[in-house]
Amino acid sequence: MKKLLIALIFAPFAMLAASAGASEGGYRIDRAPINSKDVISLQAGARTFANYCMNCHGAQFVRYNRLGDIGLTEAQIKDNLMFASEKVGDTMKSALTLKDGKAWFGVAPPDLSVIARSRGGDWLYTYLRTFYRDPSTASGWNNAVFPNVGMPHALWTLQGERGLEVVSVKDGGHETHEYKWSQVSQGRQSATQYDTTVRDLVNYLVWMGEPSANARKKIGVVVLYCLGVLFVLAYAMKREFWKDVH
Amino acid sequence: MATPIAAVLNWVDERMPTLGEEYRKHMSEYYAPKNFNFWYYFGAMSMLVLVIQIVSGIFLTMHYKPDANLAFGSVEYIMRDVPGGWLIRYIHSTGASMFFIVVYLHMFRALLYGSYKKPRELVWIFGVIIYLCLMAEAFFGYLLPWGQMSYWGAQVIVNLFSSVPFIGPDLSILIRGDFVVSDATLNRFFALHVIAVPLVLIGLVAAHILALHDVGSNNPDGVEIKKNKDANGKPLDGIPFHPYYTVKDAAGAVIFLAVFSAILFFVPEMGGYFLEYNNFVPADPLKTPLHIAPVWYFTPYYSILRAVPPLFNSQFPGVMAMGLATMILFLLPWLDRDPVKSIRYRGGYFKAALAIFVVTFFVLGYLGTEPTNVWGQFGAWMSNADRATVAARFFTVLYFAFFILMPWYTALDKSKPVPDRVTM
Amino acid sequence: MSQHEKIDKARRNLVVATSVAGGLASVGVAVPFAASWMPSERAKAAGAPVEADISRLAPGEMQVVEWRGKPVWILRRTKEMLEGIKKSDPMVSDPKSEVPQQPDYAKNEFRSIKEEYVVLEGVCTHLGCSPQMKTVEARAEMGETWEGGFYCPCHGSKFDLAGRVYKGSPAPINLPVPPYVFVSESTILIGDDKKGA
Repeated sequence: MKKLLIALIFAPFAMLAASAGASEGGYRIDRAPINSKDVISLQAGARTFANYCMNCHGAQFVRYNRLGDIGLTEAQIKDNLMFASEKVGDTMKSALTLKDGKAWFGVAPPDLSVIARSRGGDWLYTYLRTFYRDPSTASGWNNAVFPNVGMPHALWTLQGERGLEVVSVKDGGHETHEYKWSQVSQGRQSATQYDTTVRDLVNYLVWMGEPSANARKKIGVVVLYCLGVLFVLAYAMKREFWKDVH
Repeated sequence: MATPIAAVLNWVDERMPTLGEEYRKHMSEYYAPKNFNFWYYFGAMSMLVLVIQIVSGIFLTMHYKPDANLAFGSVEYIMRDVPGGWLIRYIHSTGASMFFIVVYLHMFRALLYGSYKKPRELVWIFGVIIYLCLMAEAFFGYLLPWGQMSYWGAQVIVNLFSSVPFIGPDLSILIRGDFVVSDATLNRFFALHVIAVPLVLIGLVAAHILALHDVGSNNPDGVEIKKNKDANGKPLDGIPFHPYYTVKDAAGAVIFLAVFSAILFFVPEMGGYFLEYNNFVPADPLKTPLHIAPVWYFTPYYSILRAVPPLFNSQFPGVMAMGLATMILFLLPWLDRDPVKSIRYRGGYFKAALAIFVVTFFVLGYLGTEPTNVWGQFGAWMSNADRATVAARFFTVLYFAFFILMPWYTALDKSKPVPDRVTM
Repeated sequence: MSQHEKIDKARRNLVVATSVAGGLASVGVAVPFAASWMPSERAKAAGAPVEADISRLAPGEMQVVEWRGKPVWILRRTKEMLEGIKKSDPMVSDPKSEVPQQPDYAKNEFRSIKEEYVVLEGVCTHLGCSPQMKTVEARAEMGETWEGGFYCPCHGSKFDLAGRVYKGSPAPINLPVPPYVFVSESTILIGDDKKGA
């Protein structure tokens, strides 16, 4: 009875783990090969973020001096990452105002402080690698994971321009889509290099979403050990007293 | 007196004998059955979680801002800028879900062992009121982070009140303090969540425990231990709560805290069930999320709400069904016609009904987390109905059948003889 | 020892051990809660040191800079002002700055690192109003013995041009000197003095 209940309680979580799944557009989401302990990757991601993303996107809940956690010194932060702010204790605000953003793109570019917590690293990793040229949109760009997104391909100079042809395949009663990618023009990076750049950027975005994640896990190990010790004592005490009973 | 401590205690006892009397009455001379099992931890654990939530909640209010423009940012401020803030926030979010896990297990114990039956009906009634207050507390609290799920969940639930005939729309405006969920709603939900409902909860918990102690605790055999007393008037099968159950609950509490900590430190989001992904997007009154679902602990009732189709152009029947699903719990002591308390000695009908009820609760709960098209549609032979909706309707019927048919199947049940003394 | 006594001893030891362990765990839990009362990153950022550019400050002029929500005065004193400070010695309560209202490097006659520049928190040490500067020209208003300084309009406290409080003022002690350092000839960093001057 008890076992059945425990199995039933954990079943939904097992189901969750199985589905990494598809995006709303139906495009398959890739696993982001990120390592939260890879400080070099995080620093590279920070650089990409400051140089390519912060023109339009802010990270208003992240302070520059928090980047010390990923191994950067105050001088490095000031020299390489701070363009619009003065003090290292300031938050990462974009120069683009909400009003202008809405006017230029139709929707204000969202703040990216916790984007990795709502979208997830896997989605972001796939999204940033599936932009393609589409003359029918306002920006001239579209995205396989997020159809008709307002954002242009901010990293196109690195990835180059790509085209996408979607072919509908009817297989019995089911309709599936086949995605045919083509490289229209070369970017500064090869496909593998670009994947690495995006991986580092996503790693950084995930870090930004919860800078205390690594500390949390470390403390968790200590706490569980301490509770283990406490349990041994508490249980011994219980057994000692309960010798009286019966 | 011998030691200084004893002298101080004596001094206090001369001036406030109530302290000593109540301690003896509720702890050192409260005789509880000696055969409490796993299911009997959850009352004490509920109290522990209540304390955890109050303490972590107080520290959160030191930094949180109940203003529509500042709320979301203040939570991120707590997570990033306040030393130790992330830990306090995760304690509170994990605690909220743990509270419901523990309370559901605690209530299930009552179903297993008939703890709601005479003479404990009032204990059960206080308990159901506590459960309703807990749901209100969670509902008010969930608006506070002011994320997309916070906002739209509140919007949907408050709109349910607008389906009440005649007074509905005005009632909704009164609850919100505005025409839509807004800063006014946030501020009043903050007040209700932080002080009003907690005060009521504390009072109800006190009443719940006092009512229990007046009649004495039930046990897994459903045997009334007060029927067999020794020469000193102490129940033969009873042991003083202190030190035996304080010591046992302490060990149990450590295990509970280990589970709590494992979740908090390693999977605080619990796959999006304890901290929903969409709630990391700030509330946007102009953009409805594709998929609004309440937090997991409300989903069985949400399923029931959705399962009932609109009748006479009104959603009110669905709302009524959802309300009835919780309210019907009050009637349990009178629906159950079998004098035998514990499932160990009850007949097959009740065992089957309870097993079906558990499955029903889980299935309805799961369905409530998903959109209604999660299992696709039937063919034209069933008017292309969503499979999940049909399932939800079927299980809703089972849910209510557990209660409505209970007077019948419990009266017919063939129970085994109940022993006179507890079994260990 | 009887069996009974042995059991009691075992019990007491376990109770003590578990209580101690539980107590330590409680202290561990209390740490983040207590820590949450320390200044947050936001407070620390707002309270961070401020740089003041003094290149345009003429002799006799005063510049006001905000640091930690308070007005901080940077006054470029003339030779006459410095003379006036010496003459004020008998009129002030704490001429040698015995009360610790300044860092060590400002515990001197002119209460500053360089004689020419004084940095003072412009908050009256009585009840917190911000005093006004009154030069030696204001003798008609301030009295014949006035050598220049600051006058607080709330309750009449007076301070000299080194921020030392006049005898007879409601204010009890000299104006505070914040930690500061010259990062260059033309820049003062207010709020920090660990950087090499």
